[in-house]
Parts: sequence; C-alpha cells; structure tokens
Amino acid sequence: MTLIGDDQNTQYNNVQDCIIEVKGLHTQFGENVVHQDLNLCVHNGEVLALVGGSGSGKTTLLRQMLGLETPVHGTVKVFGCSRFDCDYNLLKSIRIRSGVLFQSGALFSALSVYDNVAFPLRELHSLNESMIRDLVMLKLAMVAIDTKHANKMPADLSGGMIKRVALARALALDPELLFLDEPTAGLDPELSESFVELILTLRTEMKFTIIMVTHDLSTLSTLSDRIAVLADQHVVAIGNLKEVCDHQHPFIQSFFKAAHSQTKLAKIVRR
Amino acid sequence: MSAIYHPPSSSAFYRLASENGLSRLILIGAYTLTTLEQHLPTLTAEFSAYAQKKELYWDLTEIEQIDTTGVVLLWQAWNKKRPEYLILRPDQENIFKRVNKLPALPKPTRHDLWWPLTALGSRALLLWTHLTGLIILIGQLLLDIKYLATHPTRIPWREISANLYRTGAQALGITALVGFLIGIVLSYLSSQQLQMFGADIFIVNILGISIIRELGPMLAAILVAGRSGSSMTAQLGVMRVTQELDALTVMGIPHSQRLVLPKVIGLGIAMPLLVIWTSAIALLGGMLAAQLQLGLSYQYFISALPNVVPIANLWLGLGKGIVCGMTIALIACHFGLRIKPNTESLGAGTTSSVVTAITVVIIIDALFAIVFSDVGLM
Repeated sequence: MTLIGDDQNTQYNNVQDCIIEVKGLHTQFGENVVHQDLNLCVHNGEVLALVGGSGSGKTTLLRQMLGLETPVHGTVKVFGCSRFDCDYNLLKSIRIRSGVLFQSGALFSALSVYDNVAFPLRELHSLNESMIRDLVMLKLAMVAIDTKHANKMPADLSGGMIKRVALARALALDPELLFLDEPTAGLDPELSESFVELILTLRTEMKFTIIMVTHDLSTLSTLSDRIAVLADQHVVAIGNLKEVCDHQHPFIQSFFKAAHSQTKLAKIVRR
Repeated sequence: MSAIYHPPSSSAFYRLASENGLSRLILIGAYTLTTLEQHLPTLTAEFSAYAQKKELYWDLTEIEQIDTTGVVLLWQAWNKKRPEYLILRPDQENIFKRVNKLPALPKPTRHDLWWPLTALGSRALLLWTHLTGLIILIGQLLLDIKYLATHPTRIPWREISANLYRTGAQALGITALVGFLIGIVLSYLSSQQLQMFGADIFIVNILGISIIRELGPMLAAILVAGRSGSSMTAQLGVMRVTQELDALTVMGIPHSQRLVLPKVIGLGIAMPLLVIWTSAIALLGGMLAAQLQLGLSYQYFISALPNVVPIANLWLGLGKGIVCGMTIALIACHFGLRIKPNTESLGAGTTSSVVTAITVVIIIDALFAIVFSDVGLM
C-alpha cells in the first residue's frame, strides 16, 4: 500500500494527500444555514466517519462530495478537482472510481440482483459478458450473497440482503473511494456486526478510502480511522476516537455519554 | 487530470524474460479497471496465447496493484484454472483463492411448454381479480357511506374539497382549450357541408345536440381520466412505496374512507361541473366559427339553441358526467391500491389505470346511448 500510496501522493501533490478536499464550504437552505466555512480533508486510504446531530448536514456534505448538490460558496474537490468545473471525461472517470452505498440501498427495483450489480459494469461498454458474469459472481461472493439469490428481484430481499447487494453494486467497479451512508442503519446488531466485518475484510483486500456517515457507535469504533464531528455549521473536532472523545464540545460530550451507557449495557450483559 | 495514467499500449503491462532456459512472463504496472479498460480485448487475446504455453512461469509479484477486474482478466485468459507455474505475493493469494471457488450463475427458470395456455389463463384470472376487487371496493365504499351517515363528524370534508379543487378547478384551463378547439373544428367542417344544401341554420341543431349530449361529456371525461386518474393512481402507488398506506392502517384509518371516498365524491361533483364548462366553451367556439363561416349572428344562435335542443340532453350530459367521474376515480383508486412497492409496478399500474378508465368511459357512453336512445331527440 505504501508504494501505491506514495505513487498517488505524487499524483495529488497539489492537495497534499487529500483524496477529498472541502474548503470554505457554505451551504444554505432558505434561511437555514447548514455549513459555514467548513474545511475537511479526507486522507488517502483512511476510513473517515462523519458524525453529528440530526440536521447538522452530514448527509448534505456527503451529497456535495458526490456531486448531487451544489454548494453556495466554497469548493469540494474529489481526486483533486471540483465536480462543477471539470470536463465530462474527467467527471466520468471520477464517477467510475467512486462507489456509493445509499442508506436504503437504492437498488433498481426493475432489475434482478445480478443485473443490479452488472449494471455499472455493462455501462462501461468495454467488458464482455463472460467477464461481467465472473466479476458479478465475485462481488456477490465477497458480500456473502448466495448464488441462489442472484435471480431474485430487490423486492424479494430482506433489509440486510439489500444492503449487501447494494454494497456489491457499489464495489462493482473496484472503486478507490467508497461512500457509505448509514451502512448499518436498520440492521440488527448481529447483522450490523457482520456487515462491519465484511467491510473490514474487503478493505484489507481491496484497499480503498471510505467516507461514511454513521450514528452507530460500534461501527464507529471498529471501522473508522478518524472521526469528524459536525456541529455549529462546521467541523468542531477531527481525529481518532480517543482524541475526539476528549474534546470538550457539548455535542461530543453528550454523544459519547450515550456510548458510555452502551458500554454499561455490555457490562450488565456480561454480568 | 493527469492522475490517471493510461499506458500507451498493451505491452506496457508485461515483459518476457528468460533465464536458465526458463521463460518468465512478468506482469508489471497497475492491473485495475481504470488502467486496463482501453486494452482489455488485446490483453485477453495475448494472455490467452501465453496461457497455451504450459512451461511458462507467470510472475505476478511485480504488479503494483491488482483489482478484481485484473484477476478476472487473468482468470479468463487461463481458462478458469491456475497455470502450472504461478508466482504470487502473499497478499494476492486471497483474491485468487476467491476466484478459484467462484460459483456458477444459476440458470433462470425456464418457461414451460404450456406457457400460451397458462398466460391466457392468468390473464383471465387477472381480469377476474380486477372485477372482484372493484366490486369489493364499491361495497366497502357503500359501507363507509352508511357509517358516515351515522357519524357525520367523520365525513372527510377537507379531503373532498381538496379533490374538488385539484380535479375540478385546476382542470378548467385544459378542458376549455380542448373544448374550444373542438367546437371551432366541428362547426367549421359542418357548416361547409350545410352550406352546400343551403341548410345553414341547422348548424345550431348539430352543434347543440352533438356537443351537449356527446362531445362535452366525453371530452371532459377522457381528459380527466388522463389527467386526474393517473395522478390519483400514482399518488396511492407512491403512498404504498413510502409505507404511508401502512401508517394509515396502523392508525386505524381505513384507506377507503379517507383516501378513496373523498376522491370518488370529489370527482363525482367536479365532473358534471366540468361537463357544463366544456360544453359551454365548445359551443362558444362553434358559435364563433359559425359566425365567421356562415355569418350566423350570435343572438340567433343563442336564441335558437333552447328551441332545437331539448333540455333532457343537458341532464343526460350531466348524468354521464357524474357516472364517468365516479367511475374514473374508482378505477384509479383500485389500480393505485394494487401497486406493489417497486418502480416497475408503479409505471404499469398507472398505465393500466388510465387505459382502463378511458375504455370504461367510452363503454359507459355507449350504454347511455343505447338506454336513452329515445330521450331528448326530436
């Protein structure tokens, strides 16, 4: 990884190892100011978790990184270029190099599981059908989806399976950059743990940068390298779990107090 | 961006080395989708050719980065088995192990030989379920009306008035436009024919009877079926997708009472009003064209109209309006409630709702024509 990392450093030397760089971001919906002078740098190869209260603009920030929303002021640069002032081919290559797992899966309900995962591959128009088949089966095996489900429609799947198929689709193009929006929301603890395990194993195999929005503390602690806390319209703290926990901001205190009660629960259960 | 490095040719991906009489194929560079994309066909062909040589050593240790596309490319070139001599880095071992036990895609279930028969049968059954479903919905609405008659505080006035506004007031523009144009065209064409026989003044009879009895109600009904019917079906369908229907059920509010009944009543009231409006505007258009084409004065047209068109025709038109309006709303709601929570079903449901509603409206018109064949005609 170091070799590749260094190699990519030279490629992104103008942004100093930032795979995503947010500078002076200002977002406003009507009268409601969501972000004000927000700065953030996502390092290459790390797992960054975005944390914040509801309405703090986590999902909006994620959507701006994805190019789904335009910021009022400021820039959001992905792979060293902004989505709104680069040419079509570059934009296409950015889209190919990033994968997204939407909160509710966003699988195409008209397509089967197999076709959902094959869709981005087919859209490239450069892979033949037998390669696509092998790639899809490989991706489905990676997310532990049994082959007998390959011909099912999304409506026939359970919530956990929808998440895993959506992850397989997000991984279809071997992205360097993976966006996860609440990856474990709506899954039971066991499923969410196995989902986190899955992402961890995939990370060692495929080596990508992950940006995720999550509220789940166990996901946060096991998966993330750094945590960025959004409050008061900007990033109030960024660092590893310990550094962030020590921060004195009231939101962080109350957020991790909940974490504290969770460990209490674990203690009770152990007893 | 120069960040994506595109090797100039496929030969940039490997080099051949031979030492001590052993030939070694050393793969170099990044084997990722972004770099490989342009060279896939040539690389597949070249690697397949190399894979024929059994004594060739495949050296993958110098690959900078390999993703699943690269693995699958090699795997296909090797004809789905590892070559005799393969040198891998430990970290590459994992992904090759995975591809080794790749399961085959299950075959889609095949159509059986009786499919024309089963397809026909399922069509007939579908028609039957639609019929029974509609009858059940009508029955449920009657029960709701009975319940509301004894609990007048529960009558959904707000919903009824909202539907009246959405399906009635907001449809005034489009029905007026279409009615006016049809009136002009009909009047213009008829007056040309009538002029040949010198029967100019009969334009009032033709326009009066045809518009008030037939065209006004039909135009309004078909426009409303396309406009309001589709929106009602789509609205209920989206409510199914977003689980709003389930939320209403668990709150103990029946769909039929809060969603279907206001639509049926609302359109039942709005439709006859729209019929009058469309007929009036169409007659206005006709009158205008008659004046231009035949020089028939407006005063004569208006004063002759009540004498040549019996009032029964107006009641007939209004009756058609009420029946068609309620039917359109019923059909739209029936199809809307049957939509399953996926996009495919939403599209199919809306289409069949509009097609069915327009067909049924025309059938109703035909029935009216037969039943009231001796009413309102002199």
